[in-house]
Amino acid sequence: MARVVVDVMPKPEILDPQGQAVANALPRLGFDGIGSVRQGKHFELDVDDSVDDATLAKIAETFLANPVVEDWVVRRVES
Amino acid sequence: MTARIGVITFPGTLDDHDAARAVDRAGGESVALWHADADLKGVDAVVVPGGFSYGDYLRAGAIARFAPVMTEVVAAAEKGLPVLGICNGFQILCEAGLLPGVLIRNKGLHFVCRDQWLKVENTSSAWTSRFDQGAEILIPLKSGEGCYVADQHVLDELEGEGRVAFRYVGGNPNGALNDIAGITSANGRVVGLMPHPEHAIDALTGPSDDGLGLFLSALDTLVAA
Repeated sequence: MARVVVDVMPKPEILDPQGQAVANALPRLGFDGIGSVRQGKHFELDVDDSVDDATLAKIAETFLANPVVEDWVVRRVES
Repeated sequence: MTARIGVITFPGTLDDHDAARAVDRAGGESVALWHADADLKGVDAVVVPGGFSYGDYLRAGAIARFAPVMTEVVAAAEKGLPVLGICNGFQILCEAGLLPGVLIRNKGLHFVCRDQWLKVENTSSAWTSRFDQGAEILIPLKSGEGCYVADQHVLDELEGEGRVAFRYVGGNPNGALNDIAGITSANGRVVGLMPHPEHAIDALTGPSDDGLGLFLSALDTLVAA
């Protein structure tokens, strides 16, 4: 088994109102110096060794992310 | 002989009963379709209603698009079956690739629930032919992820081909690009919109009966065929 991480982020040009809300809250909480925040999703998958990179990429592109508005990165973090 | 229009129920669908009622009120025969059945029961058109299919987990519509019934809807739509996606149904049709673009979180973050004025801009689709060009209609809007976005070239194509079916007027409620409330497929058979025409079919229970026009349009299309 391998641990695979998939990070999904809104594309830079796509409005991210959740990230903006977090960014706007930080100064109110007394945390200064944070320019901007983007909020995405982090998936951790336990993957059988037989699953190849192409399959992982397909899972990310066709299901975990919507490529119209999101970028994705697949990483194998341990095996 | 009247048209039979299917209404799909997913786990978490809310508005299937109102959609069926709208079909029946317009003079059609509503047919209940079940998400787990790869069977359209021979219907002449399909409504994908609103709600929170699969709890909106992952992304709104992202899991529903893989339901067995949706495989059938996609295949039939590619052959010209009229399909209407309302709210969550619009999100599902976008995720399924039957309509371009995607619906993301409202710009103001708040769930918006109000009666919304729309301008009808396309009157040639299977679901909009009963309306007059430029007509303004009042339809309830209730969504948290109703902000329509698409690549610039997709927006240019939608605008250039007259495929923006409905546009918000009197203020943009959710940040949708170009004030887009609803669009049609290139062949005009598939329509998706965020507001809920099935909740506006009778002045007793809605702000108007303007929504009936979508269902009457579909019946016109099917009877003429």
